Amino acid sequence: MALVPDLDYGTPASQAGEQVTLTVDGRAVTVPAGTSIMRAGMEAGVEIPKLCATDMLDAFGSCRVCLVEIEGRAGTPASCTTPVAAGMVVHTKTERLDRIRRGVMELYVSDHPSGWDEQRGTGASEFDRMARTVGLTQNRYGTDGRNHVAPGDGSLNIDYIARDESNPYFTYDPSQCIVCSRCVRACEEVQGTFALTVEGRGFDSRIAAGMSDSFLYSECVSCGACVQACPTDALREKTVLEKGMPERAVVTTCGYCGVGCSFRVEMKGDEVVRMVPSKDGKANHGHSCVKGRFAWGYTTHKDRILNPMVRDRITDPWREVSWDEAFAHIAGEFRRIQHQYGRSAIGGITSSRCTNEETYLVQKLVRQGFGNNNVDTCARVCHSPTGYGLKTTFGTSAGTQDFDSVEQTDVMIVIGANPTDAHPVFASRMKKRLREGARLIVIDPRRTELVRSAHIAADYHLPLRPGTNVAMLTALGHVIVEEGLYDEAFIRERCDWDAFQDWAEFVMQPENSPEAVAGATGVPAELVRGAARLYATGGNGAIYYGLGVTEHSQGSTAVMAIANLAMATGNIGKPGVGVNPLRGQNNVQGSCDMGSFPHELPGYRHISDPGVRGIYEKVWGVRLDEEPGLRINNMLDAAVEDTFKGLYVQGEDILQSDPDTHHVAAGLAAMECVVVHDLFLNETANYAHVFLPGSTFLEKDGTFINAERRINMVRKVVEPKAGYADWETTQLLARAMGFDWTYTHPSQIMDEIAATTPTFAGVSYDLLEREGSVQWPCNEKAPLGTPVMHVDGFVRGKGRFIRTEYVATDERTGPRFPLLLTTGRILSQYNVGAQTRRTDNVVWHGEDRLEIHPHDAEQRGVRDGDWVRLQSRAGATTLRALVTERVAPGVVYTTFHHPDTQANVVTTDFSDWATNCPEYKVTAVQVSPSNGPSDWQEEYNEQARASRRIAGRLEAAE
Amino acid sequence: MSHDEDVAAGKRKLVYMANQIARFFASMPREEQVEGVARHINDFWEPRMRRHFFEIVEAGGEGLSPLVMEAASHIRRPPPPEPLPAAAQAQ
Repeated sequence: MALVPDLDYGTPASQAGEQVTLTVDGRAVTVPAGTSIMRAGMEAGVEIPKLCATDMLDAFGSCRVCLVEIEGRAGTPASCTTPVAAGMVVHTKTERLDRIRRGVMELYVSDHPSGWDEQRGTGASEFDRMARTVGLTQNRYGTDGRNHVAPGDGSLNIDYIARDESNPYFTYDPSQCIVCSRCVRACEEVQGTFALTVEGRGFDSRIAAGMSDSFLYSECVSCGACVQACPTDALREKTVLEKGMPERAVVTTCGYCGVGCSFRVEMKGDEVVRMVPSKDGKANHGHSCVKGRFAWGYTTHKDRILNPMVRDRITDPWREVSWDEAFAHIAGEFRRIQHQYGRSAIGGITSSRCTNEETYLVQKLVRQGFGNNNVDTCARVCHSPTGYGLKTTFGTSAGTQDFDSVEQTDVMIVIGANPTDAHPVFASRMKKRLREGARLIVIDPRRTELVRSAHIAADYHLPLRPGTNVAMLTALGHVIVEEGLYDEAFIRERCDWDAFQDWAEFVMQPENSPEAVAGATGVPAELVRGAARLYATGGNGAIYYGLGVTEHSQGSTAVMAIANLAMATGNIGKPGVGVNPLRGQNNVQGSCDMGSFPHELPGYRHISDPGVRGIYEKVWGVRLDEEPGLRINNMLDAAVEDTFKGLYVQGEDILQSDPDTHHVAAGLAAMECVVVHDLFLNETANYAHVFLPGSTFLEKDGTFINAERRINMVRKVVEPKAGYADWETTQLLARAMGFDWTYTHPSQIMDEIAATTPTFAGVSYDLLEREGSVQWPCNEKAPLGTPVMHVDGFVRGKGRFIRTEYVATDERTGPRFPLLLTTGRILSQYNVGAQTRRTDNVVWHGEDRLEIHPHDAEQRGVRDGDWVRLQSRAGATTLRALVTERVAPGVVYTTFHHPDTQANVVTTDFSDWATNCPEYKVTAVQVSPSNGPSDWQEEYNEQARASRRIAGRLEAAE
Repeated sequence: MSHDEDVAAGKRKLVYMANQIARFFASMPREEQVEGVARHINDFWEPRMRRHFFEIVEAGGEGLSPLVMEAASHIRRPPPPEPLPAAAQAQ
């Protein structure tokens, strides 16, 4: 397959309904009113030359290459900025136009050498192609002008600016730049960071990052939008410069966060040259972030383990074995353990990093093969309260909207989410809508970037104390009811009216007023009242939330409180509104949909329902256990009690990511056969007896489901390095345990899912190939999927209001632990960092830092950059301080991307009352100056180093 | 920690969890409270946890909130532990 770039229509599509017919070079074409002549030409199959125009950006009209002639009009207007009109007759190729275009291009080349190395992927830029297209053959002005030109003979021009190689992934070569400002506009319009600018005037004009900083030290977030936008070689991926231009492309889905961006993986031979966001991607529409766009180097990192390994004791070095030996060992051990300790003494953990098909197989292995329901997934520690809360109130465990819905939102509430770091591509779309005038309420202990950044300012920031979400949300409800701001017609028609009245009575209790809760939340009542009025009366209101809502002892209650607010204000069931959980992992929605929880089969159907069990019993040919199985934390509890002994963990690092590391370690150490199936020897593998090498998202076919319920295709780009895609590995393990699984392609697994799960009944790979992607429910009633849910009625029938009484967490500050620690993520790193730490993204974030307010820092004699000891009731660790006002006094914050920090040594084992989702977001701590790593960290590192030894191999230097 | 201490710690955790659940349902209308607690535990607690739960209840329910105690009669008894294949063979 040849490299076919995404078509560029030159200007964005017009959303107008009215259609206009015109003629371009003799071809009649009908387009929406407001379309540019350039775009209409492309629709008609006539490509008008252009340099400063691209359909990701608004028309600019600076390059003067796209000129056309229009019958009856004087002159040669730019086709990018001239809208179509009915009956217009346009000519794009005339002698006069050719002459002008050649003249313009000649001026360009006089000041900008074309290409900088034919061998290294140039001569392939849009600029070079345009020079050929317009028939440029001469340069009468020479190449020795003093501006911009790198002479290439070793001498330097007076104005020459050296290449900026500071960004690890792309190079900026000012001498190649034609100052079309596409990069500047991409940074503004698409990404919304405003890091780039044109400095100087006329011939002195240069593109600069920040205040003439290097790209790395500027505000640039390395999203790649500028590199994509650049029509020359001025901004170019380093991999292209090293390996040359790609030759073919495969469209697939990013393996990082829950936004689920579509990417073109561009290849040369069998090697990935670059990943470029796909414009057809319905989640990202051609945009990306530094992780998806650039941080794929881990897929070929030397740390990847490519052979199965076994050891008898976790203190032994690993022994490399054949796949067959590994499977035989696991099957033998698991059967022995069940024989000795009982059927329920083993279990499995599915991965939100793996495909739906792989997840489905792991839960099938547990239910069919192990004969119990001891299966859980990492959603336990992030969004399980979303599932519980939304199912209780609305009837289904998922967000209500698609991402495009934000374009019609008038008021956004962002609570417990930091989308510019954790969901950057969607954050860019939020910012775009905010710049268009949407209003914003941020409820977060930290002053996140959305609160105030370039051309964005929240109307309200409610900086509440960690752990008081429910009090805050209920107080918002109080104001809505007290001031009569609820949507009575909507509630009467769509919701349970009695339940509403009960809720209204509850929120009106005096202790739920903003004034009464101010003591707990620390937020002045007037701010809360203002925010409530804005949300209830500001037009389409949408609530976006993240783990700052769910990871609390009242996580499920907070989700229900959010659902109450949306129902009370009628903000459900149409575009622009809704309850939108921002999912963390690429496939956390899918892993939940696929029956990864111990109490439910695929499609959120409880295991105690004999009808549902019957469906699977028929297909799988076994009797299913009707009792709910063990959750991750129950497995660890049972392990220390000696009743749980064997675990198959696919693609999750529970030791690093789950709370109370000491308890996790004790649980794992008590097991007799821990099987880790992963790319790397992660922290959990320190306690494993068998290691099965995993495959990356580039090495398999399958599907991921993103935060908007969108089922996206994952396509195999390269062969699995270790020999098997993860679904094949699970299948071989099932076969070793005596089950006759015979899938030859993941599409057959999806067919089984569709045949057994009503919300997926219409899904097939054929449909996904045809449509690109669909959002579940996808069945007879919605053959092409469901962008917005609950349109004519709630899935459960009538929407249900629930009382949400605030219960303070038992994790309290006191004299010994006076500060509250909350945790989060940063843009360049991803969760436990297993992937991103193995890429150049470490240049942005090489270690976890403790954010602390200057006041708290001064009291403790802590300066910026000092080592500090962070101690809680559960444990202690050390890391370096970052003194900043982003956190309020009394609150400290850190990320958990680095295993050296082991932030979860500090977090407690308090958890959500309904789902046991851990309370990561609130830990009472003390901070004190320190000399360096704690004893625990040093012991841990020594244990980790020892447990990673592989027999017959020299120890790898980290 | 010895094995017995681990089991005791596990039981303390169960008491805490049951009370947490009761604390949520306590704000519901009276008729939904008992049923809510029982249903939640029936839906989400695996047999081992319910077995420990009833051991606690039968030992007097130390630490359990009155609402949990009231709900106990609506909570499904876990199936008896299956005979271990290994133990059966040994006999």
